[in-house]
Amino acid sequence: MTAAKLVAEAALRQDQYFQASPEYGPERMGAPIQAFTRISAEPIDIFCGVTNPDIVVVLDPTLLGAVDVTDGMPEGGTLLVNTADEPAVIREQTGFASGKVATVDATQIAIDTIGKAIPNTPMLGALLKATGIMDIDGVLEHVRTSFGKKFSQEIIEGNVNAVRRAYEEVKIG
Amino acid sequence: MAKTVAITGNVACAHAMRQIDPDVVAAYPITPQTTIVEEFSNFVAKGQVETEYVTVESEHSAMSACIGASAAGSRVMTTTSSQGLALMWEMLYIAAGLRLPIVMHNVNRTLSAPINIHCDHSDSMGARDAGWIQLFSEDAQEAYDNTIQAIRIAEHPDVHLPVMVLLDGFIISHAIARLDLLEDDQVKEFVGAYQPGYHLLDPQHQATMGAFDGLHGNYFEFKRAQVEAIRNSKQVTIDVGKEFGAMSGRSYGLFELYEMDDAEVAVIVMGSTAGTTRAVVKELRADGVKAGMIKLRAFRPFPAPELAAAVRDMKAVAVLDRAESVGADAGPAYLEVRNALYDSERRPAIINYIYGLGGRDVGLELIRDVYSDLADLAGGKSVEAVSYLGLRE
Repeated sequence: MTAAKLVAEAALRQDQYFQASPEYGPERMGAPIQAFTRISAEPIDIFCGVTNPDIVVVLDPTLLGAVDVTDGMPEGGTLLVNTADEPAVIREQTGFASGKVATVDATQIAIDTIGKAIPNTPMLGALLKATGIMDIDGVLEHVRTSFGKKFSQEIIEGNVNAVRRAYEEVKIG
Repeated sequence: MAKTVAITGNVACAHAMRQIDPDVVAAYPITPQTTIVEEFSNFVAKGQVETEYVTVESEHSAMSACIGASAAGSRVMTTTSSQGLALMWEMLYIAAGLRLPIVMHNVNRTLSAPINIHCDHSDSMGARDAGWIQLFSEDAQEAYDNTIQAIRIAEHPDVHLPVMVLLDGFIISHAIARLDLLEDDQVKEFVGAYQPGYHLLDPQHQATMGAFDGLHGNYFEFKRAQVEAIRNSKQVTIDVGKEFGAMSGRSYGLFELYEMDDAEVAVIVMGSTAGTTRAVVKELRADGVKAGMIKLRAFRPFPAPELAAAVRDMKAVAVLDRAESVGADAGPAYLEVRNALYDSERRPAIINYIYGLGGRDVGLELIRDVYSDLADLAGGKSVEAVSYLGLRE
């Protein structure tokens, strides 16, 4: 949800419309959940679940064996996974043949830059590179201003570096 | 100048409350309560409002405290949801019977059993006869806008009744959306200062409220006066909606007509599914189908003659109900619309769908099915009068 909020706020800065909604269930940190985001240049009418996602972001790669993460994805969709593996390995594992597969070791990047294994922020950087949905400079500016109200300079720079590193390191195959 | 923000429906409602800055908010702060009061309590803690914020031990007590504070002449607000509204039941009638202009959010969520926390309109539909004005919201922007307008409608001297502002649980309440907040001063000026008329703390005009009126008292006459007051609220709702539009650029009425000018078939719907329906109407219009939609905003008072006039020239109409009236064999909105049409010389064929109970998702495909049935019905084919949309059978 934190990641979804970050994407929504970054989209607002670029004058986009959006909807970000979590699917409520187990309310414990780190429990597997689905969250949905829609982004559009036009106001968004529809208020129903996302069943045909153009982009799927998997924060926890251990779910790949348990859930069909590519369910409903169109040909030409983008699957982005937090893993140290190469895109080819994920393509093999998921059987997602038609679209784009991107991987990034966001957990390691988070440990290196933020000091904690929370992959949300680096995944945002990888998402920007893999999809081009938004411009990275605007997003970094947003991370600086929104985090600036609550956190120290060290944490802000950690998060900015996390986004940038993931943007540079994401592998697209 | 309005400020564009990325916030949830609940936070939007809390901001409306902050800008209104009511005298008293009494609320039960724990589940099934929503984060609206949690956000509002932050504003209280930071000193951003002057509100006396009272946390109580149950929803029943929350409404009781609101009633006491309102009878004492305060501007009063609260928020609730689902089982919380159910627990308020007897006090809802008392708030309306005492003609207290309390404004309350109800985040529409279903009632148990079985336990389910998700969206439908069962909770507020059950309260439809309690004497409250009920305004549905499609999205977070409307929930925010309705909150501000509700104050003016409730407190209008011709009305003086409580108002429930309704928004769809999770779909709107917990989703982050883009919306415009008005300036604090604009809201302050729009709602103005509360002039309570009679209240209990005015020694110059002593009053008794809600006392036992004896076997030969005027209970019947009080109820009749309540009916008149809620009828009056129609015009007030329209006037306030226009005035709000002049300020914000977003006007409101009793319902919204979408692509209805030359429509031959239409769906009547409340809450967030109106958005999904609009998206389907856009598709159908692109294909040359004369489809329209009526988004019902005011469910109480029910705009019966106005709706009958709006659909009189249509071929077929479907009413979507996100609530079941068990034993009635039809949904509550459908029964009202059908009743509204009885006296019309010209009226469309009309069908009903019960949908989305317990949060069951309603996607574009299901709404397309409804319009497909409407096309059949308009073409003279027989379609089942009441059916279930998205039910696993």
